[in-house]
Amino acid sequence: MNHRGVVTAPEALRFDHVTLAYGARRIWSDLSLQIAPGTFTAVIGPNGSGKTSLLRAILGLVPLAAGRMEVLGHPPHRRDPGIGYVPQRSSFDRDLPLRGRDLVRLGVDGHRWGIGFASASVDDRVSRAIAAVEAGSYADAPIGRLSGGEQQRLRIAQALVGDPALLLFDEPLANLDLRHQQGVTALIAGWRHQTGGTVVLVTHDVNPVLDQVDRVLFVVNGRWAVGTPDEVLTSERLSALYGSHVDVVRVHDRILVVGESTSAGLELIEPHHFPDDLGRDEVAP
Amino acid sequence: MEQLVRLLDYDFVQNAYAAGFIIAVVCGATSRFVVARDLSFAVHALAELGFTGAAGFVLARLSPVLGLLAGAMGTALFIGTLGVRPRGRDTVIGVTMGFGLGLGVLFITLYPRYATQAFSLLFGTISGVNRGDVALLLAIGAVVLGALVVIYRPLLFATVDPEAAEARGVPVRSLGVIFLLMMAGAIAEAVQIVGVLLIFTLMITPAASAERLAPQPGRALLISVLIALISAIGGITLALITNIPVSVFVTSLAFACYLASRFVLGPLIELRAARGTSGAAPS
Repeated sequence: MNHRGVVTAPEALRFDHVTLAYGARRIWSDLSLQIAPGTFTAVIGPNGSGKTSLLRAILGLVPLAAGRMEVLGHPPHRRDPGIGYVPQRSSFDRDLPLRGRDLVRLGVDGHRWGIGFASASVDDRVSRAIAAVEAGSYADAPIGRLSGGEQQRLRIAQALVGDPALLLFDEPLANLDLRHQQGVTALIAGWRHQTGGTVVLVTHDVNPVLDQVDRVLFVVNGRWAVGTPDEVLTSERLSALYGSHVDVVRVHDRILVVGESTSAGLELIEPHHFPDDLGRDEVAP
Repeated sequence: MEQLVRLLDYDFVQNAYAAGFIIAVVCGATSRFVVARDLSFAVHALAELGFTGAAGFVLARLSPVLGLLAGAMGTALFIGTLGVRPRGRDTVIGVTMGFGLGLGVLFITLYPRYATQAFSLLFGTISGVNRGDVALLLAIGAVVLGALVVIYRPLLFATVDPEAAEARGVPVRSLGVIFLLMMAGAIAEAVQIVGVLLIFTLMITPAASAERLAPQPGRALLISVLIALISAIGGITLALITNIPVSVFVTSLAFACYLASRFVLGPLIELRAARGTSGAAPS
């Protein structure tokens, strides 16, 4: 079976009037969207807007409340070998007996039963994935002792080791310093150009990936807007989305979203954060 | 030494060593995941409610080992199904433990002759194990270790990286419950030597000591088993020679292993690793 989907389906992802809900609470309503293979889509929005839930739906972990979805040409299902997933970063215990190499290897056979014996071909795949993220020099150190950026590279290696056609990232740049943000971004770009794979990246800050992004999916309170960054990230579109006046300001190639209800001073001190609760009260039914 | 060799002729000594060996292997291996999954409080609860189970079974003239197993496994199922999230988990454990211990007090009161046996269950003994108990320990141990072999890789994945594991189709929640049940088996074993109150010495200390001695998960697990063996077999031997309760020596040996790995061996290994990388860097 061809899990790459590049040949069998014209879209990497296809959403047809998709609604996601937890119980009575609707997270996404009536989302229709096609994502072409080889493109980079950034999913942006305030915290709690269901960005992670969207990834979980693509992974087949959350059933749809309504609508249809196709992932790499088939309905979403668990353990899809065509998808590589880099979940939101959680820290490792400093003394955890686990090397980066072991973490990557779990991406190959961590879901299989049994102890798992040494295998030259598995070791080879693991080493190649580690080399691809340039983590060779620290892949044998305890993972809890590595920096956030180093851990993130190894997580990406774990996602890459299955040779996926679609990579999903959940806030891969959060809490990384600028140097590591650039490193990880370059890594994602390199993978895309080399393999022609598709990237869907959830972030609260689009700026570090802005020059990579083909399309932006902006979500606020279950409503969404999609298009190129220039189309979506405008005062008019975002004001309509938030339901209150929002200014989109460009400063030195950075995009800042400044809302009425948040202090302008605060926004400028932390310019890369989209306002979290902006307009929520006004929009609530 | 001669005295020890002569002691080996006694049935109860042979049984103690056999039991010690089985228990150390099972607990040493299980403790690796107890520590990695941060389940110390659950260990405590399972052991104490195992005590309640044992007290209840003795009252009904049934085997205390089976009572321990029943109490601990019942608690494991209860905690496993109710306490899904780590934060809520400790609350569920606390609530359950309070009630269960109260029940234990009732059972002891109803059966006054129970006092000596209660002391053994709480603080451990080596003379309490007969041949039938050894067979039972072997059976429980085989089931726990067999289960560990089968679920080892997905359990490791679910322990260190639960989100990625779930996305890869690992049944993270079910594995959590299964591991609690395995833990109940290991605890029912460990109580035979160290007792309910000193359970941590075989369920936590071996893995905590092994942590800094090897960065590889498999090797750390084997070292954990080795440390449990040193503590249990060494403790039984010293108890036989001195006539002081076995738990005193098992806990002391385990703690000595912990101190040695934390302050001597661990730092030495780190130093060597640091020297290795700095030596390799310029080439």
